[in-house]
Amino acid sequence: MRFLRVKMDELKVVTEEVPEQYRKLAGRGLTSRLILDEVPPTAHPLGPKAKLFIAPGALAGTSAPSSGRVSVGGKSPLTWGIKEANAGTPVAQSLGRLGIKALIVEGEPKDGKYYILKVTKDGTEFLPAGDLVGKGLYEAYGELKKSFPTAGFIACGPSAERKLATAGVCFNDTEGRPSRYAGRGGLGAVMAAKGLKFIVVDGTGTQPVAPANAELFHKGTEKLREAILTHGVTKPGGTLNSYGTAALINALNEAGGLPTRNFSSGRFEGAAKVSGEHLADVIHQRGGEGMTGHGCHPGCLIKCSNIYSKPDGKEHVSCVEYESDWALGPNCGIDDLDAIAEMIWQCNDLGIDTIELGVTIGVAMEAGLLKFGDAKGAVALFDEIRMGTALGHILGQGAAFTGRAFGVVRVPTVKGQGMPAYEPRAVKGIGMTYITSPMGADHTAGYSVAVEILSVGGKADPLAVEGKGALSKAFQETTAYIDTSGYCLFIAFPILDIASGFEGMIESVNAVLGTEFTGADVTKFGAEVLSWEREFNRLAGMTSAHNRPPEFMRYEKLPPHNNVYDVPDEELDKIAGA
Amino acid sequence: MNKVQVYLYATLRQFHAGAGSVNGTEIEVPDGTAISDLYRLLGIPEDQVKQAFVNGRHKDPDYLLRDGDRVGVFPPIAGG
Ligand code: SF4
Repeated sequence: MRFLRVKMDELKVVTEEVPEQYRKLAGRGLTSRLILDEVPPTAHPLGPKAKLFIAPGALAGTSAPSSGRVSVGGKSPLTWGIKEANAGTPVAQSLGRLGIKALIVEGEPKDGKYYILKVTKDGTEFLPAGDLVGKGLYEAYGELKKSFPTAGFIACGPSAERKLATAGVCFNDTEGRPSRYAGRGGLGAVMAAKGLKFIVVDGTGTQPVAPANAELFHKGTEKLREAILTHGVTKPGGTLNSYGTAALINALNEAGGLPTRNFSSGRFEGAAKVSGEHLADVIHQRGGEGMTGHGCHPGCLIKCSNIYSKPDGKEHVSCVEYESDWALGPNCGIDDLDAIAEMIWQCNDLGIDTIELGVTIGVAMEAGLLKFGDAKGAVALFDEIRMGTALGHILGQGAAFTGRAFGVVRVPTVKGQGMPAYEPRAVKGIGMTYITSPMGADHTAGYSVAVEILSVGGKADPLAVEGKGALSKAFQETTAYIDTSGYCLFIAFPILDIASGFEGMIESVNAVLGTEFTGADVTKFGAEVLSWEREFNRLAGMTSAHNRPPEFMRYEKLPPHNNVYDVPDEELDKIAGA
Repeated sequence: MNKVQVYLYATLRQFHAGAGSVNGTEIEVPDGTAISDLYRLLGIPEDQVKQAFVNGRHKDPDYLLRDGDRVGVFPPIAGG
């Protein structure tokens, strides 16, 4: 394994042996450590001292199930703190097979132009991005595919060229769509600021990664495979496979925790129309190119993704998953799946994080720019972003920025990042994760929803505060480990309930990294990664005041349970180790 | 008698056309009817049920239904 240091100012790639201290790291653990070691915490996220790190998870490129994940890290132009975002994509597997532990992108091209970096087993090469600059990613991917038919692509879209803080880093799915995003935190803009428009990754001629301890690897992955294939939510025909993640719409709606119309209610009267159940029905009724049970990369056993079709059966977009569905749907009072699908397509094409933009549109509706439920008006806002109008620039900077621009008080963000699809006032533990995660409001950072709503890995009353601090902390720590492993976070569901699956995960990672972790080491390792991330944020100027809920949640009661966010500040400080 | 509004979700929808529909269904049950009795009434195999929410709160299968309750029944589900 090696580091590729991509020096954009010299248009040169230096291959480095991986220094000892990084050998047992990968994915998020590696990107976060590198950020702390190499990025000045007070650097401007889009300035010359900022860097972008791309690191496949430890198991990416092996035959382990659902392990094709890649982490992208840097200083976030959205939160101005540390950021890791990850995606499932065949590109992760190619990076692993190419023996690349991390791409470290630094400097800026002297000519101010955009470049393509090509990475193959034979070496690297820079090419001018030429007229691919400014193009939507569907068109750009189509053209790249013609020039590099066996490769995968890492990209930033037109939104990133405008340095918008909603811009994500895009990866292709199994069939080559620009649809798998390391979406959160504006890392696409960081990539664009480096003058790097695309990375073409071609793993042709490489072999699957051979684990150092093949026997242990086999034993571990078999246990995990068994757990995935038997657990109710991840097995073939289970809910993730049949309905996708949007099966959560009805669940959160029943629980009164589905943020509706910019976090002003926990129930949406149109929930059924945008639910995973209805989504699957529509896809099956329309027939044609749509499908449920789609995998984002080869080797995923769970396959939670989908392809949504138009009324005539032609493909519209992949994929309509819970967060995107909710952000651009219930959060905006919109109950029209076709409009939501169109907005997801627009986000994918422009290179934008669906969650952040959905939350932003909710805030714009709150500001009176358009009415809640106005699907047509919401779709039209994408033209503003595409054309780069002043309004497009405001919206493109995210929910917090838009809220300030229009003087909105009800702005659901933490550390400047828009909240995902679980209402903190109705699901107290996930609120603790949003508030205390070094990443800003991020559900994947510590998914206590599993216990609070889904009754997976235990059961707790979502409205209760007691015991939730420990729950959120344990989830945050375990997640930092899983985000390092390269496994999709959704393996957490079976391994929370099936002990041998949890063992299998650890064994398979030990077999590849040469670690000797036991169950107890998982949270210890995670706590260490979190401590690096918190240290970077501290040096960047964040204090305990950044680990607080948006103030309106302290005094506005949320129907139907009429709760405020009543977790005391001291409890939040305890979780954040302050 | 108590009137309750019942919604079945995901893979449970197949067991009852009305309760599995978008609008759910209103069912009249005698006093002392528990959630588990409701499953039998609707022909839902209990081993396929993961949990029920009543008026937005988790309730155990022995919870006795009250007039006006909103009941949402789920198989194991997940997402993120
Ligand atoms: S479970 Fe879904 S997100 Fe995870 S790897 Fe599989 S298809 Fe991708």
